[in-house]
Amino acid sequence: MTPAGPACFHCGEPIPSGTVIRARLLGREESVCCHGCKAVAEFIAGAGLDDYYRYRDASAARADNAPRPDRWSAYDHPELVERLSRPEPDGARSITVLLEGLRCAACSWLADKALRQRDGLLDVSVNPATARARLVWDPTKVRLGDLLRVLERVGLRPHPLAGEPAEQFSILERRQALKRLAVAGFGMMQAMMFAVPLYIGESSGMEADIRELLRLVSMLISVPVALYAGWPFYVGAWRAVRARSISMDVPVSLGIALAFFASVYNALQGRGEVYFDSVTMFVFFLSLGRYVEMIARHRAGSVADALARLAPVTARRVRGGAVEDVQAIELAVGDEFLVRTGEVFAADGTVLEGDGRVDESMLTGESTAQTKDAGASVHAGTQNLGAPLRVRVAAVAGDTVLSGIVALLERAQAERPRLAKAADRAAAWFLGRILLGAAVVFAIWWFVDPSRAFSATLAVLVVTCPCALSLATPAAIAAATAELARRGVLVARSDALEALAKANHVLWDKTGTLTQGLIRVEEIRPLAQLGEDECLRLAVALERMSEHPIARAFLVSGRHDMTATDIDVVPGQGLEGTAGQRRFRIGSPGYAMGLKGTVATPSWLEGESWVCLGDASGLLAAFRLTDQLRPEAGECVARLARLGLPSEIASGDEEAAVGSIAERSGITRYAARLRPEAKLARLQELQAGGAVVIAVGDGINDAPLLRGADVAIAMGRGSALAHTSADLILIRDSLDELPDTVELARRTQRVVRQNLGWSIVYNLAALPLAAFGLVPPWLAAIGMSLSSVLVVLNAMRLSRTPRNASGRNWTLSHHAEAPLG
Amino acid sequence: MSIIYMLIPLGLVLVGIGLWAFFWAVGAGQFDDLDSPGWTVLSDDERPPASPARDEKEES
Repeated sequence: MTPAGPACFHCGEPIPSGTVIRARLLGREESVCCHGCKAVAEFIAGAGLDDYYRYRDASAARADNAPRPDRWSAYDHPELVERLSRPEPDGARSITVLLEGLRCAACSWLADKALRQRDGLLDVSVNPATARARLVWDPTKVRLGDLLRVLERVGLRPHPLAGEPAEQFSILERRQALKRLAVAGFGMMQAMMFAVPLYIGESSGMEADIRELLRLVSMLISVPVALYAGWPFYVGAWRAVRARSISMDVPVSLGIALAFFASVYNALQGRGEVYFDSVTMFVFFLSLGRYVEMIARHRAGSVADALARLAPVTARRVRGGAVEDVQAIELAVGDEFLVRTGEVFAADGTVLEGDGRVDESMLTGESTAQTKDAGASVHAGTQNLGAPLRVRVAAVAGDTVLSGIVALLERAQAERPRLAKAADRAAAWFLGRILLGAAVVFAIWWFVDPSRAFSATLAVLVVTCPCALSLATPAAIAAATAELARRGVLVARSDALEALAKANHVLWDKTGTLTQGLIRVEEIRPLAQLGEDECLRLAVALERMSEHPIARAFLVSGRHDMTATDIDVVPGQGLEGTAGQRRFRIGSPGYAMGLKGTVATPSWLEGESWVCLGDASGLLAAFRLTDQLRPEAGECVARLARLGLPSEIASGDEEAAVGSIAERSGITRYAARLRPEAKLARLQELQAGGAVVIAVGDGINDAPLLRGADVAIAMGRGSALAHTSADLILIRDSLDELPDTVELARRTQRVVRQNLGWSIVYNLAALPLAAFGLVPPWLAAIGMSLSSVLVVLNAMRLSRTPRNASGRNWTLSHHAEAPLG
Repeated sequence: MSIIYMLIPLGLVLVGIGLWAFFWAVGAGQFDDLDSPGWTVLSDDERPPASPARDEKEES
């Protein structure tokens, strides 16, 4: 079975060949990849919201196969909802909901419209920047559970956030930054307006009192710019100095402070030169760079968000034999709670009763579910796939294993290690040289002419003000970040671009990066007289009744026109049911043989991931399930190799599965069955050999790998936790942009080097002249400004790249606009 | 040239007003979401909405 072919109308993923699922939308038909997408697309069109497809600029998230109404049943209980939500006037309630899959403004329009069709919804505001919606509803008319179901049906999975909304912090941070930026911008324009007449007056003559006025007014304008807009730089510099290190903030602050106070001194003295225009422009461009970086960081999502997606807000507590829905935070150590099939554990605990199978892939990376019976320990955030379990709470909230991982990530995020240090070392070096130079100049003038020593030293410091030097890197990175954002690559940490340009090795986690992270039926081998299609039909009929992830593979592959009855699920083995008066079993080879009464299975079924269908006469068919290779993976690997980046796979999956993917994507080096620690060890081994490694991952189990890599890249549809530890996020969930991004990072580095080169040449040329007192002050100021402008303009070249429209994007827009049938 | 003794303070006052207005707008949340308000005009389209309840029945 070859992947590729047309893309799904709803989610944009390639439709596996052989799959024919058509969604009926207002008289026309569109091809979709699975029944989940079909349901969502038909619901959207049926509700009169199909304008969404015309206006969206990012394809939607792949729909979960079957919206399961019972997932939200806990939110139908008024008492629980009352505790989760906040009171509003007139008896209304409000809650903040995180929406997974909210990609663009069209998605928020969709959520808004779909919700407003419900009676009893009083107000809804959706913010695509933070992926949150605030719902206000009348509890007497509509239940919260119903609103959440509507959101799920349009393909946006809601995660209600208990208590006060956490996004307040990022909104306040953003507002504060905007205000500072505005002050710097207004100040810059005004200061320049007054600088021009001063420059002209310098050469053509100007009345002394007007000159005095202009200088004092410029000073007045620059005070808020230097003190208010520049404040974050001083704070950062002070923090660095206190920690006995030097960050980029230190030379920046020193530059601003020196130029500003020298100018104030001169303005008040009425002689010498003022540099207010340079100071304000410098602050403005630096603030702009920081602002762009902050927006990207906010979009990348916070760790708190990730946690909200993973751990459920509610739990089913057992007390005195009765089961009640409570908030997860109300659970205490020693409590008992019930976790039904398909539900996620709200706390760490010990199994008391039940025979469950738990998907722990988010913690360990193992794709096969673990069997858990009485006495086994389970962890918050993992999912129960088997029979219902009764669990005694062992750890809650901050003490769970999940919280431990999250805390670790949060710390790593705050510390910003790696290449930031290299950039700061360079800054420290420049700073040291400049201060040394100034000291030498002062000493020499002290012997030659003490009265001019101070002014000459000031001239040296101001002329060599590391403006252009400090702008060189941020300006280029801001331009590259903006350009990448247009292409759907989110740069969450700007220093990653530098590392990306130097990278010479790529380490892939297989699942979800090279592959689509979606198990599909790869091969059907009929073993009796029944044909492929008939076997698949029977398999679908049986698997429809299952919650297991493997069931998805069948559901997306076959038709749903038969229903099995009398289902009997054997956790860890498979399931049995009646279809068309015959009894069938589907599951592991040994289990499927069970109806015949023997357990001897053909030897070729060992080792690989085969699922078998059997009846009383023996095995009917074997299905090989694999995760599909992304269609663009091979080309991506080849292009990266041409750029000098050999690829290697480090996967937690089975040897055979990894080998097959490696072969088909053209990768020769791979390692299978690696635990997260082993992946990290392999990474460190590469790094010890001098390699600068890009790690591409999507799962929570990849978080350590991503954190240790020089550049961490996460897929747009990967787990939220992977996003928080990533430097770059491929929003469009396609590998197409990866080689382009590497190229752009290298171009960015070239621009940075040009900028640095120019600034250094300028400074080296100006320094001796200034030291000898030969540079007319106005020329020094103009030269300083021009060199900064030149640096900024050079950086802007990065954002004027002709975009290679990739074939896949074209297909998407084509699908979104032209009806097929 | 004495006119600039009036024009410059006047300009400064205008800048002050502009900044004040901007600060007010930021504080009032005007800049918190720059994307979705553009879509609210579409919300005025009155189209007979199909009842989601009917769809639910169709599917099951």
